[in-house]
Amino acid sequence: MDAQLVLMQLLSGVALGAVLIMTALGFAIVFGMLTVVNFAHGALFMVGAYAGLFVVERTGSFWWALLLAPLAVGAFGLLIERMLIRPLYGRPADDPILLTFGLGYVLIEGVRLVFGTQGIPFATPPALVGVVNLGFGFFPLYRLVVIGVVALILVVLWLALEKTKFGLIVRAGARDPQMMQVLGVDIRRLWLIVFGIGIGITALGGVLAAPMRNVSPEMGSIVLAEAFVVTVVGGMGSLFGAVVAGLLVGIVVSLTSLFAPEMATISMFALMAIVLLVRPEGLFGKPGLGV
Amino acid sequence: MASYDSRTLSRRQLSAGLGAAAGLGVIAMPWVARAQADSIRIGFPIPLTGPFGAEAKDQARSAELAVKQFNDAGGLNGRKAELLVRDDKLNAGEAATRTLELIEKDKVHAVVGALSAAIQLATNEVTRARGVLYISISQSDAINEVKDFSRFTFHEALNPHMTTAAVAKHALKKGMKVAYLCADYAYGHEMLRGFKRAQAAIGAESAIELMHPFGASDYSTFLPRIIAAKPDVLSVCNFGRDQANAIKQAVEFGVNQQMKIIVPVLLHNQRLAAGPDVFEGVVGGANYYWGLEDGVPSAKTFNDGFRAAHGGAIPTDYGAYGYTAVRSLLQAMTTAGGTDTDKVIAALETLKYDIAKGPQSYRKCDHQSVQSVLILESKKKSVMKSENDLFRILAIEPGSESMLRSCVELGLPI
Repeated sequence: MDAQLVLMQLLSGVALGAVLIMTALGFAIVFGMLTVVNFAHGALFMVGAYAGLFVVERTGSFWWALLLAPLAVGAFGLLIERMLIRPLYGRPADDPILLTFGLGYVLIEGVRLVFGTQGIPFATPPALVGVVNLGFGFFPLYRLVVIGVVALILVVLWLALEKTKFGLIVRAGARDPQMMQVLGVDIRRLWLIVFGIGIGITALGGVLAAPMRNVSPEMGSIVLAEAFVVTVVGGMGSLFGAVVAGLLVGIVVSLTSLFAPEMATISMFALMAIVLLVRPEGLFGKPGLGV
Repeated sequence: MASYDSRTLSRRQLSAGLGAAAGLGVIAMPWVARAQADSIRIGFPIPLTGPFGAEAKDQARSAELAVKQFNDAGGLNGRKAELLVRDDKLNAGEAATRTLELIEKDKVHAVVGALSAAIQLATNEVTRARGVLYISISQSDAINEVKDFSRFTFHEALNPHMTTAAVAKHALKKGMKVAYLCADYAYGHEMLRGFKRAQAAIGAESAIELMHPFGASDYSTFLPRIIAAKPDVLSVCNFGRDQANAIKQAVEFGVNQQMKIIVPVLLHNQRLAAGPDVFEGVVGGANYYWGLEDGVPSAKTFNDGFRAAHGGAIPTDYGAYGYTAVRSLLQAMTTAGGTDTDKVIAALETLKYDIAKGPQSYRKCDHQSVQSVLILESKKKSVMKSENDLFRILAIEPGSESMLRSCVELGLPI
């Protein structure tokens, strides 16, 4: 086995990790800040991809899709929070699970009715087609761009959470919502905005993934499982954990493919099982924080 | 919100999460159809929900056309046929349960269906134990072999052995190195076995053989090894969305610039879902392509019937299986003068039919449909004459028993 191949495999793992982070981020935000386990995550990811397709077909521009689809689906997320999730705050954790589980079905069936069951091609933006010579091998330009976009989003998120007043309130609200309410912060409005942002980022993940996977009503079902694995491995409620876990899962899957390709998918679940046995709160989860 | 204990919450959510992930792709669709006492009832379990849903719906639409045409022509001395479509959800247990219900509750006279190498075997287990005639319309080699075969079992679909032999004959040459990326379940294993047998006869060899998990969303981690193996040909042996995703990502990695991509079965719906640029130049086999109508009269008749019934739409490869299987069954019932299973089996064994793609017949010893294999190439976007003009027919490998493994090899009495 030569070093070039191992390097390529590692890079594939990192790129896959970036995709996994992107697919898990919205899930991790909504869970970390609101403790709502969003089982419609996969479906909203898929809706994001279809929204992107809709924009691309009308504007001819992938970049507009990257901007407009998350905004539109994020606005839809605000509606979901206001109409469906909000009445369930303070109720047992199963209630929002059941609700979003059902919502996922509704969204998938809705897309099937509107766009058909077959799946629709989603072309890679022409400017990003092709491979780049990295010295040790050729790698698709688009996947490199995805790594860059994900890194950018993470930096923006980190700055917003750590360096702004809004971020301070969000973090405090996640830690102790009652105290924040006593201090006069409108915690409901805060949750509404955070939920909207989480769903918008989920949709962005869908648009970014679409050129790699095509677009079909069921494309989100595996994404929900992947997002769950990344969030659990990283630690419930830890954004940093989700990033590390995404990369870790990507690399584990990639290196497993090198030695036992048929085990590639199961390896991520094995990793999750091991992490849960050794550290039930996840790699970076702090018991009590954010939950 | 903050009042829950974090650990119990996460554990419970974890188990629920895994269940939901498994369940989300599978949505129940009740298909209500009441059986009439005197009609010819054909059970039709297919995976309407799940990753093969598009192909399954085409099977149902084509099978319904076959029944409608039979009834419009007066049925069997006035006795009408009825198709009872059920959703097996691409799950072996579900398929067995639905099939059992069709037999016990709906009292079907025969079962046609399944769209997975593994699930047709589960369906076949039930029908053969109950002595009910079953025509499978999904690729499988195992179903012809002595372990799974029964006198009630017929196989209308192509099998991996004949498909891979025909594709290899046109795509592989002596001395070529072939990389395989195959789904890790019955379909992928049988196709790989077929290709390896065919390449050995041709003088080509495997460069690398990778099995990928069924339903994988990302293939990028398999591609560096395939590229490093420097093969002349990449053979992608998987089905449904896996085919579109695997080829799309291979093209993303520039694989099509370095090697020829072939598939055992070039799927109509997946080509539609992935677009012409992704599939350009991909070569694969097929049981049917609508463009056959230029040279085969029965294909023209089938297409015209389908167009009339479905607003100008054209039938697809797996859809055609539903049509040819149900039509051949109804023809045999007409010959047998009724639905008596033994008489219908005897009629099917001697039936010569040409209803969509040229002459076909069921070989007596293993009930495999002897039929042509089409070799197709996906067209470049610029030469497509219409949006349905997907493939160029490179060759039609005529149906003959020499394409099949001998019944001695299958372990069956001749």
